[in-house]
Amino acid sequence: MSFLRKSVKLLNAAAGRQQNLKAIVGSTLRHQRTYSSEPPNDYANFPGAKAPFVSKLKLNMPEDYAPIPIYRVMDRDGFIADETQDPQLGREVVEKMFRDMLLLNTMDKILYESQRQGRISFYMTNFGEEASHIGSAAALEMRDLIYGQYREAGVLVWRGFRIDQFIDQCYGNVDDLGRGKQMPVHYGSRELNFVTISSPLSTQMPQAVGAAYAMKMRPNNDACVVCYFGEGAASEGDAHAAFNFAATLNCPVILFCRNNGFAISTPSHEQYRGDGIAGRGPMGYGIATIRVDGTDVFAVYNAMKEAREYVLRENKPVVFEALAYRVGHHSTSDDSTAYRSTEEIEVWNSVEHPISKLKRYMVHKGWFDEAEETAYIKEVRKKVLKQIAVSEKKLKPNWKEMFEGVYAEMPEHLVEQQRELQEHIEAHKDSYPLKDFKQ
Amino acid sequence: MRVSKAARSCFNTLRLKMRPPSMTRSHFTYYPTAAGSGNAKKMNMFSAINNAMDLALQEDSTALLFGEDVGFGGVFRCSVNLRDKYGKDRVFNSPLCEQGIAGFAIGVANAGATAIAEIQFADYIFPSFDQIVNEAAKYRYRSGGLFDCGSLTFRVPCGAVGHGALYHSQSPEAYFAHTPGLRVVVPRGPIKAKGLLLACIRDPNPCIVFEPKTLYRAAVEEVPTEYYTSELGQADILRNGKDVTLIGWGTQVHVLLEVAELAKERHNIDCEVIDLVSVLPWDTNTICNSARKTGRVVIAHEAPFTQGFGSEIAAYIQDKCFLNLEAPVKRVTGWDTPFPHVFEPFYLPDKLRCLVAVKDIVNY
Repeated sequence: MSFLRKSVKLLNAAAGRQQNLKAIVGSTLRHQRTYSSEPPNDYANFPGAKAPFVSKLKLNMPEDYAPIPIYRVMDRDGFIADETQDPQLGREVVEKMFRDMLLLNTMDKILYESQRQGRISFYMTNFGEEASHIGSAAALEMRDLIYGQYREAGVLVWRGFRIDQFIDQCYGNVDDLGRGKQMPVHYGSRELNFVTISSPLSTQMPQAVGAAYAMKMRPNNDACVVCYFGEGAASEGDAHAAFNFAATLNCPVILFCRNNGFAISTPSHEQYRGDGIAGRGPMGYGIATIRVDGTDVFAVYNAMKEAREYVLRENKPVVFEALAYRVGHHSTSDDSTAYRSTEEIEVWNSVEHPISKLKRYMVHKGWFDEAEETAYIKEVRKKVLKQIAVSEKKLKPNWKEMFEGVYAEMPEHLVEQQRELQEHIEAHKDSYPLKDFKQ
Repeated sequence: MRVSKAARSCFNTLRLKMRPPSMTRSHFTYYPTAAGSGNAKKMNMFSAINNAMDLALQEDSTALLFGEDVGFGGVFRCSVNLRDKYGKDRVFNSPLCEQGIAGFAIGVANAGATAIAEIQFADYIFPSFDQIVNEAAKYRYRSGGLFDCGSLTFRVPCGAVGHGALYHSQSPEAYFAHTPGLRVVVPRGPIKAKGLLLACIRDPNPCIVFEPKTLYRAAVEEVPTEYYTSELGQADILRNGKDVTLIGWGTQVHVLLEVAELAKERHNIDCEVIDLVSVLPWDTNTICNSARKTGRVVIAHEAPFTQGFGSEIAAYIQDKCFLNLEAPVKRVTGWDTPFPHVFEPFYLPDKLRCLVAVKDIVNY
C-alpha cells in the first residue's frame, strides 16, 4: 500500500484527534496501536456483531468457557462461609421461613397421600425446593407480579395463601378461586399477585416479559415481575422467545429457573448440553445472570434481593438459576424410582435438604427447639387433615358455571347451549351427579 | 410534454399484455361501502387502519403497538408515522418470533395495558397458535375470572394477493373459529377495518382481526375521521334479495356482490349478499333469517373446502332451517390443496364458479 493510502487509512481510523499528525508523519507500522484511546482498527463494523478479526482459525469449544459458579451462603451443615453474606434477617423472619418450609413440606405429604386414597384427582409436591420458593418470595414485595409453572407453592405459602385455599382448589369446590375449572395445583390469586398456573410449559415466560414491559411503562413503577420455570421447560421455544424479548425490549423481569435436575424422567444431561440455563444468559442473550444453590435459603434470598434491585434500577432482565434436586416424584402419576436410585434421592432428602440446612443454622444460632418443631408439624398435620374433611364435603360450583368466563359476557350461542343442556339434565336428572353440585 | 389520451391508453394496454402471466389481475372488483353523515376522508384500507391505531394510541395512554417491522411503518404501511408520534417505547419492533409476540402481548394485557400485536402474515401465525389457543383464549375461564387478557388484539394480514402462493395467501380463520374464548373478525374495506379494529381494541376479550392484504391499497372509501366502532358479532346485509343467500367475508364479499349483479343481469336471479364480518362468535340470527327467506344458500371462502368455516355455517343452517331449505347449502371455496402460485386463477372461488353455483342452486 502506498504511503499516501496508509496515511489516509490512519487518518480515517483516528479521525478528529490531535495525535493524527504524529501518526501520519511518523509511524508506518499498521499493526501497532500507539495510543490506547484509539479504537482498535481491527474491530469489524458489521451491524450483526462488534468483535475483533483474527487470522488464526479455531473452533470455539464449550470447554473453553468456565461454568458459571454457584453462589451459596451456608454449607450443608448450616455454617456460613463468609459472614458478610449472612443476610441478618433476624429471628422472626428466619422462623417464618422455617415454619413456611415445614408447612409446605407437611401439607405436600398429606395431599400426596390424599390423592393415593382417591380423595383428590392429582397432586404435585415441592420436596427439595422449599428454599427456592421461600428464599425468593421473601426477597420480593407483594406488588411484584409472579408467574409460575406448577412447583412454586411455597411462594404462595409465603405470601399468605391459606391451607383452605390450597385444598379448595384441589377439590375444585364452590370456594375454589378458580371456580372448579382446572386440575389440582393450578393455583392463582389476584390478591397475592400470583397469576393462575396453566399446564402448558414455558408459556408463562414471554407473558411475564410482556407484563414487565407494561409495568415499566407505568409512571413511577417500583414493581418487577418474577417468572418461575423448570430446566425442562427452558427447552421450549417460548423460553427462548422470553429471554430474547426481555433482553431486546429491556424488561424488568427475573427469569427464575428451578433447575432440579429432572423433567419427569428426563435428567438434565438429556435436556441440554450447555452450561445449564445460566450459561445461556450472558453470551446467549446478553442478560445479567446469577446461579445459586437452590437448597440454601439465604443464598436464594440474597441473590433475589440483588436481582430485584438490578432489574428495577436498570429496567433490564436477570436470568436466575437455582440449582436443587427434585426429591419427590414428578407428580402423583409418576414413580421416579423407575428412573433413579433410592440412594441418590435419600442424599438430597437428608443432608442436602433445604429444611435441614436451615435447621442447622438455627441450631447454631440457638433459635431451634426440637419440641417446638414437632408440635408445629403436628399442628399443621391436624389443620390439613381437618381441612381435607371440610373441603371434601363442600359442593362443587353449579354446573351452569361451566359456561361462564369463556368470554367477558356470555354470548348468545353459549346461552343457547346452556339452555339445551338444562333441558337435557331436567329430563335425565338421575344420570348426572347433581347432588355434588350447588343447585 | 403532453402525452395524448390515445397514446396513454395504448401504453397501458401494452403494459397489461407485457405483464408476466404469473401476476394476475385482481379476481374481484371492489364495491365501496357508502359513508354515513359526518366528516369523512378518502382513505385506503391501510390508511384507515393507521388512522384507527392513531386514535387508539391517542386516547389510551397504555396502548402499545408492536410486531415485526412495525417501527418504520410496517411492511404494509399500516403503522407509518406512529413511532414518530408516540415514541419508540409505545410503537416498536419485536424480534422475529411469533410465539414471542403472542406471549408478550398476552402479558401486556395481563398487566392491564392495551396490546395491539401484529403478526406479519397469517401464514406465520402458527408458531403463536399455542399461546393464542391454549393461553389467550382460556385465560379468563381457567382462572375463574381472576386474570384475563381482554385488552389484547392481534392484527393479521391474510388472503390471496395475486402472487402470494403457499405462504403469503392463507386464510386461517377456521383454525381459530374452533377456539372458544376468541373473537375473530374480517373487514371487507377501510370503513369496516377501522371500526372493527377500534371495537376489538375496546372489547374485553382477546381478538384477532384478519385483514385481507389485497384490500390494503385496492379498497378505497370515504372513511369517517372521528373515533367510531363497528358492531362485533353482527353480519351486514349488503344487498337484499329473495332468491339466493350469498355469504362471504373479506375480499370474497366483493366477488359475491359482482356475482349478484351478474345473476340479476343474466338470469334474473335476485341475490341477498351478506358479509359475515365476525367469524367467532358469528351472527346466526341474520344468517338463518336470510336462509329461511330464500331457502337457498351459497357460502364462498378462499380457505380450503374441508373444514373451512363454510362447513360450520352449512351445518348450522341445515340444523336450524332444514324445513325452509329448497336445496342443500352449497360451498364454493379454495380447493383442498395448499395455496398455489401460478395456479391461483384456478384455485380461487372466482365469480364464475360462484355464479354457476347460484344458477345450479336455483335449478336444484
